[in-house]
Amino acid sequence: MKTTRPFVLLLLLLALFCSGLAARIDRWFMGWPGNHEDSLNPLDVMIGDGQKLFAGSFYREADVYYHSGFYPTIFDNRGAFETPHMAEDTGAVASHNQGGEGGFLGPPLDFIDAFNRHFTPNRHSHLDEGGPTEDLSKSREVREILPWLKISSELDPENVQTYIVTAYWLRTRMNKVAEGEQVLREGLRHNPDDPQLLYELGRVYYENYHDLQRARNIWESALRGWGKQMAGKPDSDKFNFDNKFIVEQLQTHLALLEEAAGNFDAAIAHWKQAKSVSPDPGGLQKHIDDLRQKFVTQTNAPAATSH
Amino acid sequence: MNKIFAISNVVLLEMYRRKDFYVLFIVTALITAVMGSVTFFKDPEIVRYLKAICLFLIWASSLFIAIGATARQIPAERESRTIFPLMAKPVSRAQILLGKFLGCWLACGAALVIFYAFFGCVTATREHQWPLANYFQAWALHWAMLGIVVAMTLLGSLVLTAVSSNITITFIATVAILLVGRHLHQVALSMAEPSATIIAGLYYVIPHLELFDLRERIVQNWPVVPWGIWFIALVYAAAYTALLLLLSWLVFRKKALQ
Repeated sequence: MKTTRPFVLLLLLLALFCSGLAARIDRWFMGWPGNHEDSLNPLDVMIGDGQKLFAGSFYREADVYYHSGFYPTIFDNRGAFETPHMAEDTGAVASHNQGGEGGFLGPPLDFIDAFNRHFTPNRHSHLDEGGPTEDLSKSREVREILPWLKISSELDPENVQTYIVTAYWLRTRMNKVAEGEQVLREGLRHNPDDPQLLYELGRVYYENYHDLQRARNIWESALRGWGKQMAGKPDSDKFNFDNKFIVEQLQTHLALLEEAAGNFDAAIAHWKQAKSVSPDPGGLQKHIDDLRQKFVTQTNAPAATSH
Repeated sequence: MNKIFAISNVVLLEMYRRKDFYVLFIVTALITAVMGSVTFFKDPEIVRYLKAICLFLIWASSLFIAIGATARQIPAERESRTIFPLMAKPVSRAQILLGKFLGCWLACGAALVIFYAFFGCVTATREHQWPLANYFQAWALHWAMLGIVVAMTLLGSLVLTAVSSNITITFIATVAILLVGRHLHQVALSMAEPSATIIAGLYYVIPHLELFDLRERIVQNWPVVPWGIWFIALVYAAAYTALLLLLSWLVFRKKALQ
């Protein structure tokens, strides 16, 4: 009968070797920057930053649903869809779109192409305007974009547009203001002090809660956040198209808020800031002049009545 | 005609006994149920994502059933040598071919009825409406498309030696047509000669299976396709099916069975 002792010893030796090797590798792994040890999400571990690619495609899918399926493919001219319309329509995202929205297909190239168009969505429409039926009572159907936005934000929490679009449609078409606010706060947890998110949050307080004081605080904080983000950056980056847009929006909304509160001096100061980044400075200057005139008339009126 | 129906009946019975459909239907129902159990922002009326997933699974399952079942028909008969007693009976090769085609196609149609009924029920639970005309159009076009696929697979089973290669090639060809078929002419425009002419020629020769895909219209609640246009699409499918069956017969009538 063969003795089993050498095998047991060999097994023990191997177990010892494996434990030592595992301890060694674990020490190295904990120090490796790509170990994803801070995340328990299996997707983080498996595909890492590849999630952002999927997130982008789910974000685009939400815009496809916003158009009820009428959307350009990679083979079509996508100039009019560079910025998703669902984001553009929120008023919080700068538009890079050019050209007609409905004409990306162009005229049919042949009889098969012409026949094919009967079987696919073939007309430009937006879900918040009733979709293909153009029945405005169905504007709540814009809710159909929300699942894709939710998945997109889960995969790429750093894309602020996802939170802005979700919150805007939740509060404006579905009357879910609290949920919208919650989405924005979730976005701010992942992207602290982001000016776009703070701008949208300020709109929630201004347009829905009518809380002017908090809206003012949030928008001022957004401007400070923008200043912090831009510190040390060259002017070409600082005042690119997207940054100019958000600064103009913040200054314009602060000016409107001050006008509504009767603080004309502060309003004029914000309008001047808005003018410096606006694509239509002439129009804003006219508004500033009108406001000054109104301010002078109002300050002179009590003096005239006292005489 | 009776002989064709008799052969198709045998095929239907064989399909009825196989587990493919049941497994695929259960998988479709399970995945749809799991996806349907998710609610977004406490809104129980969000449904289009669920419709898209369910229809995608139905399309994938139907292609799997059609190609998988058809590809095995004639090779299995030849392998088990049951084709010889069949040929000894007073039936022509054309009748065998048509019987096999009809059996597979009818089985696909019956499976589709169950799949679409399930889809309609899932949708109705959230949308509270039954757009039956839209569903009927989608089902009929889907079934007509499967007719072309079944005929194509039948031709493949006579040309290609192995069942697996037939299944793979037909599946890839079908999916490729569905994905890029409608864009081939655009691709050709940006190419140099002779590739441009070859791709453009391919565009006119291939059966445009994407015509029969009404999924996006169903998911996004578009109105029904004009009935005249819908009927022309059915005629188009019938023409391609007939052409592919004719080609299959031309190959089969001269084919040595041993």
